[in-house]
Amino acid sequence: MKAFANLYAKLDATTSSNAKLGALHEYFLAAAPADAAWAVYFLSGGRPRQIVPTKLLREFTLSVSGVPPWLFEECYQAVGDLAETMTLLLPKSLHTSNEGLAEWIEHHLLPLRGLPSELLTRQLLPLLNQLDQQSQLVCIKLITGSFRVGVSRLLVTRALASVADIDAKRIAQRLVGYTDLSARPTAAHYLTLIAPVSEAGDERMAGQPYPFFLAHALQIPTNEFQLSIGQPDNWQVEWKWDGIRSQLVKRDGEIWVWSRGEELVTDRFPELKVLVDYLPDGSVIDGEIVVWKHKKNNVDIALNIANIELSNVNQVQTFALLQQRIGRKTLTAKILENIPVVMLAYDLLEWQGEDWRSKSQSTRREQLQKIVAQCNQPQLKISALLTGESWQDLDRQRAASRNLGVEGMMLKLKDAQYGVGRTKDVGVWWKWKIDPYTVDAVLIYAQTGHGRRASLYTDYTFAVWDASENEAEPKLVPFAKAYSGLTDAEMREVDAIIRKTIVEKFGPVRSVTPTMVFELGFEGIALSSRHKSGIAVRFPRMLRWRKDKPIAEADTLKTLQALLPQASRTNDIVVNIDGIS
Amino acid sequence: MDLVVVRPEGLYCPVGDFYIDPWRQVERAIITHGHGDHARKGHTHYLAAAVGEGILRKRLGADINLLSLEYGEKINHQGVTLSLYPAGHVLGSAQVRLEYKGEIWVASGDYKVEDDGTCAPFESVPCHTFITESTFGLPIYKWQPQNEIFVDINQWWQINANNNRTSVLFCYAFGKAQRLLSGLNPNIGPILVHGAVEPLNRVYREAGVNLPHTQYVSDLQDTSQIGKSIVLAPPTAQGTSWMKRFGDYSDAFASGWMQVRGTRRRRGVDRGFIMSDHADWPGLQTAIMATGAERVFVTHGQVHTMVRWLNEQGLDAQGFTTEYGDEAAEAETHLPSADNISIESLVNENQSAEIEISEHVNINKATI
Repeated sequence: MKAFANLYAKLDATTSSNAKLGALHEYFLAAAPADAAWAVYFLSGGRPRQIVPTKLLREFTLSVSGVPPWLFEECYQAVGDLAETMTLLLPKSLHTSNEGLAEWIEHHLLPLRGLPSELLTRQLLPLLNQLDQQSQLVCIKLITGSFRVGVSRLLVTRALASVADIDAKRIAQRLVGYTDLSARPTAAHYLTLIAPVSEAGDERMAGQPYPFFLAHALQIPTNEFQLSIGQPDNWQVEWKWDGIRSQLVKRDGEIWVWSRGEELVTDRFPELKVLVDYLPDGSVIDGEIVVWKHKKNNVDIALNIANIELSNVNQVQTFALLQQRIGRKTLTAKILENIPVVMLAYDLLEWQGEDWRSKSQSTRREQLQKIVAQCNQPQLKISALLTGESWQDLDRQRAASRNLGVEGMMLKLKDAQYGVGRTKDVGVWWKWKIDPYTVDAVLIYAQTGHGRRASLYTDYTFAVWDASENEAEPKLVPFAKAYSGLTDAEMREVDAIIRKTIVEKFGPVRSVTPTMVFELGFEGIALSSRHKSGIAVRFPRMLRWRKDKPIAEADTLKTLQALLPQASRTNDIVVNIDGIS
Repeated sequence: MDLVVVRPEGLYCPVGDFYIDPWRQVERAIITHGHGDHARKGHTHYLAAAVGEGILRKRLGADINLLSLEYGEKINHQGVTLSLYPAGHVLGSAQVRLEYKGEIWVASGDYKVEDDGTCAPFESVPCHTFITESTFGLPIYKWQPQNEIFVDINQWWQINANNNRTSVLFCYAFGKAQRLLSGLNPNIGPILVHGAVEPLNRVYREAGVNLPHTQYVSDLQDTSQIGKSIVLAPPTAQGTSWMKRFGDYSDAFASGWMQVRGTRRRRGVDRGFIMSDHADWPGLQTAIMATGAERVFVTHGQVHTMVRWLNEQGLDAQGFTTEYGDEAAEAETHLPSADNISIESLVNENQSAEIEISEHVNINKATI
């Protein structure tokens, strides 16, 4: 446990990738395979179901430390991390346990699940007393399911590759689905990860997908495209769909659906399971799952998606609608009927059991089109290709993105191979996104941040002016929270101003005298009954601090309302795919 | 009757007509210690502990009108019996004891209960009303004994020295730096100091505090020793071009704020050593209880929290709105960047802006 806690401390303390890589390498070299197996699991984002509810742990900490609840809250506000707060309040202890991570997880921590609170308190204290502060912190993070540390999966992959002395791509391949193991990670799993490459070649497990190839953001003006990336002819251009990136794996008479987070999501999309009878074994398709309004199922009043123009044949629906469905634990027949999904296929990774990733984009595309056509099922559609005479021409088409409910365009080099992760070594994908919506808003509430922003006011609520007729004077109505986009220096400056302008405390939230205006950017905007302003925005963040603007000149609710797409009045952004292709 | 009240100028004793650590210019000021937020320029008469005289004259001017008292020495001023007792914070730091018609008040200034060996240890003074600080007034702040911290620091230095990597230890120039020096093991390598630190070392040595040999970075003759050295520098030196001379160094910061991981990460140093010149939570509790005071005023730091806590413990506690220490808390969370060193960020836990800036300028001139 101590070794893993030390690794955590090292990873947490540095921002240098090389230092992190070094620490990981050192850890994996020395760790017992059973411990390493769990370490890989946690470091690459695996999360077991919460072992002990946070509430119980909080009560435990209160009873052990004798600190009253309000004082605990004050401490939490200063520390900005629940597990760390608990650790700091526990009595000091010396590290006496020699047991490794696996031992701790399997024999000490997992058995705590479901214990009644009294029994838990009795068992937890002697356990934590065997650990030093650093290990306690990690231990608490593991049992609350909030373990997170600044390493990317790619970094873990590279570390394992260097330990095993094999290609990182091979490790990535073996690592796919690792964190989704319904079985616990074992020494055997870990040894398989780092095993020498066998001549036999095929190492795939039955339903395993391939590592996703990810796009880079293209952030240059359109008139520089020609110079930077050449002719549009060299590129396969598609819409950038706003859905769930997924792989559809069909092997051995079964179908698996994997999300980009490498989570197995087959059961959430039963309509895709039907494809099992229409796709040949040994097919893996990459694409986007979106909500689709089929022609015959039209109206549902309850979900407020009425007024659909019946003339539109097939339609992609907003991501918000998809979200309603992902959020559900059980999918009722009604949901399946009202929020049906399809997969928009855009790449072919495996065909007839053969790995096609090293073939060119255009070759893969050609075959993909044939497969989709042969499959001939409404649940599987091809992601349409876009063409333009020039980049300027495409840019003009891209302007329709917002109305079409897409995020912009994807540019895929026609001779690109399908790479691993966000890489460019064997080919490149660009995402050419539309500019975000922007609005100038006033900062009205602030809250301290977490992690390295603890004790700094970094989380803000923004408002716009509401000057509706029935109000005597315009007032500020909150519509978005944002905490990213400022530099560290700006953050400190804003923090200092907030401290001087605090009006009232509401728990951790401080209201301030409005003095600061920020330009906020966001990706989507929709009506919402949950927000006071009646509007909800997606991915709001600060684009810049408008020091030049007095608060009176910030935007109004009317400005925001004008940004609502016509169709969104009925929660319904429409794309007519047939018209495009 | 209240022996101390808050006025716009600072903490004021109405009977004796004098102030304690006032933040505006006044006629008569008792100074608890030499940190910038407590000892300010421009008062007509100063009164402070004798051991702290050197520091105050260094920081406020050699010609200030200063009356100094030995610890425990009593004087009478307009019927108020006034005396000073060690606060254990830094060299010359004092608690102010006021007695009037049998009523006793003690103002702590800043204090620490652990004996650090570089200044007179904190002495508990029984009183009816105690005015306390609360910089680290949350139960998450619990310090290790300093000898354990010194083991960690020397170990860190030793490992760096073995790898021929300079160890740069950021710390406040007045108090913390000297305390750290007293615990360094000079056998590991040369001990170098930033220009802001050495003048204060001199004052400590003159006051009879035993510190190991130190030298300016620019005075190091044998440059091959640079990788074996430890450098003590104020936090404001972090990220400046002054640091370039050390090449690939390892850095650390010694402060009580390092207790919290977020602050440590924000500092962007390799190591955070948790060492403070203020009392931790248990220290504050012990000190407050030991006075036997029934009334407590909390001046700065976690005022609200401490007041509520003490009231729940059955004491009559209230907050005093002062201008102490606020800069400290902000300076701690606000890492000064190289291009943006503000005066505020220089006035921090343990040092005055004046010395910091002038010394900084000197060292830059010296290196040109």
